[in-house]
Amino acid sequence: MIADREITLTVNGERVVQRVAPRQSLIDFVRENLGLTGSHVGCEHGVCGACTMRVNGLLVRGCLTLAVQADGADIHTIEGISDSGEIAALQAGFLERNALQCGYCTPGMLLTAADLLKDKSSPSREEIREHLSGNYCRCTGYQSIVDAVEDAAQAMAGGSS
Amino acid sequence: MPLSIHDWPNSYIGRSVPRPNARRLIHGRGTYVDDIRLPRLVHVAFLRSPYAHAAIRSIDVSAAQRSPGVVRVVTGVEMAKHCKPWVGVATHMRGLKSAPQYALAVDRVRWQGEPVVAVVAQTRAQAEDAVALVEISFEELVPVADMETALDPGTPVIHADLGDNLAFELRVEAGKVDAAFAEADVVVEETFHFGRNTGVTLESRSTLADYCAGEGKLTVYMSSQAPHMMKNVIAKHLGLDEDNVRVICNDVGGSFGIKIHTYPDEMCATALSVMLKRPVKFVADRLESFVSDIHARDHRVKARLAVNRDNRITALEVDDLTGIGPYSAYPRTSAVECHQVVNLTGGAYDFANYRAHGRVVFQNKNLMCQYRAVGHPIAFSVTEGLVDAAASKIGIDPAEFRRLNLRADDAYPYTSASGLQFEKLSHQKSLAKILAMMDYDGLRRQQATLRRDGIYRGIGLAAMIEVTAPSGAFYGVGGVPIAAQDGCTIRLDPTGGITCATGIAETGQGSETMVAQIAASAVGVPIEKVRVVTGDTETTPYGGGTWASRATAIAGEATLQAGRALRANILEVAGALLQSAPADLDIRNGAVVDADTGVERMTLSDVGKTVYFRGHELPDGVKPELVATRHYTPRDYPVAFSNAVQACSLEVDVETGFVKMLKYWVVEDCGTVVNPRLVAEQIRGGVILGIGAALYEHCIYDNQGQMLNASMIDYLVPMAVEMPDVEIGHIATPTAETVLGAKGAGEAGMGGAPAAVVSAINDAIGVFGVRITAIPATPLQILEALGKIDKKGQ
Amino acid sequence: MKPAPFDYAKPHSAEEVFALLERYGDDAHLLAGGQSLLAGLNMRLSAPAILIDITGLEPLRGIVNSNGVLRIGALTTYAQVKASAEVARAAPLLSEVIPWIAHPAIRNRGTVGGSLSHADPAAEMPACMLALEAQVEIAAKGGRRKVAAANFFRGLFETDLKPGEMLTAIEVPAIRAHYRSNFSEFARRRGDFAMSGLAAHARFDGEVLHDVRLAYCGVDTRPVRARTAEQVLEGRTLGREVLAEVKAALAQDLHPPDDLQATGEMKLHLSQVLAERVLTAMARAEGG
Repeated sequence: MIADREITLTVNGERVVQRVAPRQSLIDFVRENLGLTGSHVGCEHGVCGACTMRVNGLLVRGCLTLAVQADGADIHTIEGISDSGEIAALQAGFLERNALQCGYCTPGMLLTAADLLKDKSSPSREEIREHLSGNYCRCTGYQSIVDAVEDAAQAMAGGSS
Repeated sequence: MPLSIHDWPNSYIGRSVPRPNARRLIHGRGTYVDDIRLPRLVHVAFLRSPYAHAAIRSIDVSAAQRSPGVVRVVTGVEMAKHCKPWVGVATHMRGLKSAPQYALAVDRVRWQGEPVVAVVAQTRAQAEDAVALVEISFEELVPVADMETALDPGTPVIHADLGDNLAFELRVEAGKVDAAFAEADVVVEETFHFGRNTGVTLESRSTLADYCAGEGKLTVYMSSQAPHMMKNVIAKHLGLDEDNVRVICNDVGGSFGIKIHTYPDEMCATALSVMLKRPVKFVADRLESFVSDIHARDHRVKARLAVNRDNRITALEVDDLTGIGPYSAYPRTSAVECHQVVNLTGGAYDFANYRAHGRVVFQNKNLMCQYRAVGHPIAFSVTEGLVDAAASKIGIDPAEFRRLNLRADDAYPYTSASGLQFEKLSHQKSLAKILAMMDYDGLRRQQATLRRDGIYRGIGLAAMIEVTAPSGAFYGVGGVPIAAQDGCTIRLDPTGGITCATGIAETGQGSETMVAQIAASAVGVPIEKVRVVTGDTETTPYGGGTWASRATAIAGEATLQAGRALRANILEVAGALLQSAPADLDIRNGAVVDADTGVERMTLSDVGKTVYFRGHELPDGVKPELVATRHYTPRDYPVAFSNAVQACSLEVDVETGFVKMLKYWVVEDCGTVVNPRLVAEQIRGGVILGIGAALYEHCIYDNQGQMLNASMIDYLVPMAVEMPDVEIGHIATPTAETVLGAKGAGEAGMGGAPAAVVSAINDAIGVFGVRITAIPATPLQILEALGKIDKKGQ
Repeated sequence: MKPAPFDYAKPHSAEEVFALLERYGDDAHLLAGGQSLLAGLNMRLSAPAILIDITGLEPLRGIVNSNGVLRIGALTTYAQVKASAEVARAAPLLSEVIPWIAHPAIRNRGTVGGSLSHADPAAEMPACMLALEAQVEIAAKGGRRKVAAANFFRGLFETDLKPGEMLTAIEVPAIRAHYRSNFSEFARRRGDFAMSGLAAHARFDGEVLHDVRLAYCGVDTRPVRARTAEQVLEGRTLGREVLAEVKAALAQDLHPPDDLQATGEMKLHLSQVLAERVLTAMARAEGG
């Protein structure tokens, strides 16, 4: 029998101590063990981006990260960055532009857009599409998402301070 | 003259209101099936057939049963006792035949991916571990993997009882087709091929069945578009009392028609809950989705068009062959896509002579059934492909050729050669509008200039009609228990808020918002005071769900009627309380007001509180009904057709065969538009799906019936970088059949985009004297057509 | 799909790694970024008994440029390569190739060492290392050795790594005066595997090319140098005739197999188009 491992990490600012099987992915851990169901499973091959999370400040695929690899890490999911208000401008843009329909890709899109805007305050539409190149959406056709990110970038640049 | 719905004070109809139910989704607080946890929940995974066609020789589950965490292992023979097989036929599809389909294969497997053994365990991972321990031996049989030879004498018959592999055949004839072709000045003939596609919903199919032994009640949380239909199907095949089955659809992560069919794995999971008397969850993973979600679009069409010396189309002939799976899917049947192709091809044009022959054949591949814009992409790719070929042969501009041949806007009401009844469409106006929007002449000039520099741009056009809001003539007439009507119940609460319950479903298109807008307008409340309930068969009126672009046209009308009825009820009570005639009162912004002056007399909350808490204050004889239900079913027309025209501009790199999408336009006429942004977004999403079909998507099968690209790495779906922006224009020709006047719009984008894209590609490479007639139009295909590389043998 | 069960260890030293590799042999797999490995495990393509996580080995990190050699630690992520000023200066080809590889989230975890060890025939990094004539440093219980990139990639997902060995660093000769490099690929969508990709590196004396390296990915079981085509270019300037000769030479150098996206003939054709476009872009570029 393979022993579970104890991992200690911070998730959305909360300290978490749990035992996990080595094979359990980070996305499954966050969803099943912590009940943070805002991040979604879409493919388990790292292609669709539905499981996108932030680990130690960097975007990662939750399906291509093991929970045991997150020992000692600082994780943020959609719930955390939403509740903190970090992505309020993006969320307002998404709502106004209807940049979501079924909502399943949306947490991944928001995490990825936030990552882009961290480094680029006025991305072009091409740059937005480029950064979102690994996030699959079946409903919107992407245009409204690009519009929303553009709006949010403008709001954040203009309305800051 | 009564006010139209657009003139009602504070009407939300026609406004791009943001979706109230989107808020929880952007906060990551949606509730999709896999988000739900229940006590004693167990998970099911399946051993699926590795072969397209084989006899099951033996199954030994002993090692699987001993695997850690395993609760139960079930094979087909046992499952058949708990879940009766189903047959995907309908009486109005005359001659359609199919064999009983079981939840788990019994004796034989007939497609790669068919579920054979179910393993239930504490976790999905443990269930999969146990699946790997099942010892099963198959005897391979020759698979039927080529639709062109499915009916040949030497080909194995998949179901001996059925006699042959022909599931369905359809013939339509109108006018004098042979004479028209004989007399024609120009005839063009093409053979079109369409790659098999699948939906790839980001949330895969998910079912959580919860059987409560004490109550004998089954609750099924499903990711689905049609809860009432599934309730009926589940009850029927599990042998349960339908009144004791409840289906709940919360948030659905995309459907597009995929989640509207009866799937053996989902039925199995549901039956297992009843057998085990505990909640059972099944979530299809991505790999199994590719070989179990329904496929669509696998067609080969031979067609020809006759044109006379006035450049007018006189005749169209179509021969459609489609290869489905080993069963016609249930309950909507796998004949509908062929039926639509036969019905819709040529539908936007004016000609009297039409012949069509459609055949649906069984194959040992995954099942095929309705997927967004059923049959439309094929019908219009064929039509527009012939139209472009004719224009090219004649030497006339393709836009001008369409202008000459699209049905005139004053030709209505009209019945087409294929028997379609049109109330009123706007093809000519739409075409003129799109040509202006895109600056067609400017694009042509630019195309000519760039061509001199060796840059090959193409401009594509596609005119189309869309089937929306079907009446009972679609399914009900064939004995299929799918509702053609829909209902809405609206209730006023003491808070002054209203709650609407309706039988349609929300899968992201915004149907709940549409209902809220109509209800708010019809009753007279601010939209913030409206709650909408959908998706729960226990709490909503018996309805049809969301499909065939029916929600706005049908449930929207029911909502409007219910809202008006509630308003009348409220005014009757208010009139009695205020001692005014109800006709002198109005409801605006959540309050009862003087109709003439707009002065507030009492709030709706006051009305509610009086009725609910202080009934003694009401005058004698007043019987307050602060709830109203109305149902609506279309009657005058079997289908409410809408129309659209699409255009695109793209560039073909003739050295590499790569296509770069530049810009896209759609002019849509779906009658009254409740929420312009939601309609635009439906069109955009549909267009991108259609571009996917045109350029990328293909379920590739080998000659052994094995799907070769069953993962998201190899089945290519449109991603952000490659997709264009889509500009939308609008024309409104409301239907007179309803007060709302809305037709559907959800599928138009997908229906015409493959045609528009191929039209543009052929416009770009036409200078080399070549055309493509197969999609997806991959770089390989384009290079072969251009002669840059040799065509590989079949 | 969920992976089959496996055990997990995260050693703190290379010695521990070798001890584990010796103990488990073929049943162990090294884990760095895991972006390829975990995707394969999630599909149950393989079922190792244990994953040995080497991301705790600090000596395998870091980028150092000294004595004309750019040493990139095996655990360097693609994102770190892209952000590195040292790499931009000393091996601009490696900076340039990063946006072609997968997507941002993958690039934050995937490592250079992982890419080279996995040796996917369509991967971009191995082709770049071939073009730059890099050396792969390999450590084992018995010591270290270096292998030229040209000898490292042996076949389909097959490298010169022997049982018990671990890739520790890549040494890239720093770019010298007048050298230029360029990378491009043809893929169906941004981030997809290359149908053909070309990493090119050459010295320009005015317009005359020398020491040309044309390394292709996606056209064979491993990355491949188009040696005949390189020789055609040696000492010549780009022009219509030279490019035609290059294309003909590529037909001798490359024998691509068919796959789901493209026939072998198409891959060869794309490779020829790539050569023209990449070389033309390199010739137009300034500096170097």
